[in-house]
Amino acid sequence: MANDSIESGVLRGPRSRAEVALIGCSHRTAPVELRERVVFTPEQAVRAASELRESGVIEEAVVVSTCNRSELYGVSSNSGDSTPAALISYLSEFHRIPAHELNGRLYQHIGPAAVRHLFRVASGLDSMLLGEAEILGQVREAYGRALEHGVTGPVLNKLFQGALEVGKRARAETEIGTRPMSVAFAGVKLAERVFGNLKGHSALIIGAGAVAEQVVEHLRLREIRELHVVNRSIDRAKELAHRMGGKAYEWKQLEKLLEHPDIIVTSVSGAEPVLTRSALERAMAARSGRAMFVVDLGVPRNAEPEVENLYNVYLFNIDHLGEIVEQNKKAREAEIPRVESVIDEHVAKFLSWQSGLEAAGLLDALHARLDAERRALLAAHFGQLDGLSEEDRARLEKMTQELVERIVEMPSGRLRESRKLKRPVEGLAALRELFGLDESEREGPERKGKS
Amino acid sequence: MSFSLNYVCLAIYAASFAFYALNLYRDQRWMGYLATILLVAGLAAHYFALMDRARLIHAIPYDDLYGSMSLFAWLVAITYLGLELYHRERAVGSLVLPFVIFWVILAVAVAPSSVPRAPRADGALFALHITIGILAYSAFAISFLLSVIYLLQNRKLHRGKPGLAFWRFPALDLLERMSRSSVWVGWLALIASTILGFIWGRRLPGQYPMTDPKVVVTFVVLAVYAGYLWIVRTPTGRGARAAFVCACNFAVVLFSYTIVNLYFTGFHRYF
Repeated sequence: MANDSIESGVLRGPRSRAEVALIGCSHRTAPVELRERVVFTPEQAVRAASELRESGVIEEAVVVSTCNRSELYGVSSNSGDSTPAALISYLSEFHRIPAHELNGRLYQHIGPAAVRHLFRVASGLDSMLLGEAEILGQVREAYGRALEHGVTGPVLNKLFQGALEVGKRARAETEIGTRPMSVAFAGVKLAERVFGNLKGHSALIIGAGAVAEQVVEHLRLREIRELHVVNRSIDRAKELAHRMGGKAYEWKQLEKLLEHPDIIVTSVSGAEPVLTRSALERAMAARSGRAMFVVDLGVPRNAEPEVENLYNVYLFNIDHLGEIVEQNKKAREAEIPRVESVIDEHVAKFLSWQSGLEAAGLLDALHARLDAERRALLAAHFGQLDGLSEEDRARLEKMTQELVERIVEMPSGRLRESRKLKRPVEGLAALRELFGLDESEREGPERKGKS
Repeated sequence: MSFSLNYVCLAIYAASFAFYALNLYRDQRWMGYLATILLVAGLAAHYFALMDRARLIHAIPYDDLYGSMSLFAWLVAITYLGLELYHRERAVGSLVLPFVIFWVILAVAVAPSSVPRAPRADGALFALHITIGILAYSAFAISFLLSVIYLLQNRKLHRGKPGLAFWRFPALDLLERMSRSSVWVGWLALIASTILGFIWGRRLPGQYPMTDPKVVVTFVVLAVYAGYLWIVRTPTGRGARAAFVCACNFAVVLFSYTIVNLYFTGFHRYF
């Protein structure tokens, strides 16, 4: 029993500085030319994490790499201060980028700052598009991969599980992820405000601009029934139609095509409007007045302004959509304090758990230290007390054991209480120093031999 | 007893409204579920209040203005609950509940106790005639609210300046379908109620003239809502025009339920 305690104290150690450290670069610190050079493919991410662990730089590792950020997360049981430098050096070597090129382009965080950073990333606060949802999936994938390959440990497991929870809560409890933030998405969301579910509706794409393509992509995700593409260049129309699973038509068929779709997205260049009031009037009559939603992404405008006066026609041009996106941006920004409060809560929870873990290790070490002292003392005195019977020796042994248990029980109780209160345990460093527990970790094998 | 139950149901309706409003603002599913559960609880409390009242006056609750308005509020709430469950749409609850609460408060606090009681009339057929009639008014009230939301949403869409509520309320298409189903419920209920009224009246020849203003106005109500049901199916009428007609039609219902009941009719005093 006593030997086990010593062993556990020595082998596990008091986890004095199991700090989370991270280094990385993102759209905030590095241009795309550098970001694309430090991207990790999924295989590279696993390899890097394994190599970092094997090299002894860190005990646990996760690599998060997306188009906008590449980050290395690690946990080291020795002082975390040197870990970021080691991670930077590894990143530089791994991607064969001279250190001077990375200067000023990387950020590094240790301890609570690293925890907060990951939680901000997962909640979308650090994203280029505030509150975007994809990052949560990317963090989940990165963590899943690392977990699958066994390169994580208790600290990073807890940290990433916390991050996923923060991400979910931020989107469920605040407005940070709602409301469209791109012109294309805003157009589709507005169409949904008219028709509800877009499944079963049809769309006509006039022109083949980049934003129009984005609109089509959103429409396809909503399982739109039919997609017609018309363009001045039939080849370009065919290309887009082929890519998006629609049908291409000649430009001269445009007026006839207007009769069928519920959604029209237009983005052609030209001084003359392609959607005139009279053409749409005829189309509306032919389609029995069913509602029509027109997204005009062209500059100059492709639809005559009078079109919006037509009954059951909803016309949105690029300025309308831009204004809505701007409103939505402000609305999302207004949600930042609420997301931050969710993050604060989870950072405190994680730090409390982490200090609890550290304290538990420390108490194990303290117990082992006191027990070793007890046995050394008894061994020294039993030699001088020849008259003691075996029974008395056993009694003394038991009494001193109980004394050690009682001494350790009090801080253990306090530790349990502080965990319940979800606050970090304070004064651990003092305890470690006063009882020389770091030394006991170093002297462990020697002491084990003595006892 | 029934008054204290009314206060209990008012409190539960108010709590339900709070959660419907919070759900609209925060868009959290559990808040929506809680709002619906509270609405069901409010309906149960309201039902017992109505039953208590019926026992007290030895007649059906609509035998006076208070009972009639209270039953109207109860039927509005239950019609809305049916629509909510059928269309799986909760956002509208934040506008329906204040309407329900308003009528319960009016029934409890404003209804004058000195209004002369209507001639006593009994029988299951009569009870059915009146209850289904009030159900029709409730369904028309819901369709009115839905049409108003439609018009506001439509206006915001055309102005291109949607606010928070815009993204939360149902799509125009769903609002129109909800309104249409509500009008169908009201229209069919009113026809059934009118037929039952005629059958009941024929048993007492000479006592209840068929030319009573309430009967005439009921036919007008049926006609205007038939007009709505026709418009909403026409290509040039569906959408904002139909919603506008539906909202205006409710003025005839209100006229029938208030002015006609109190000042013109002889025996349809409270329903």
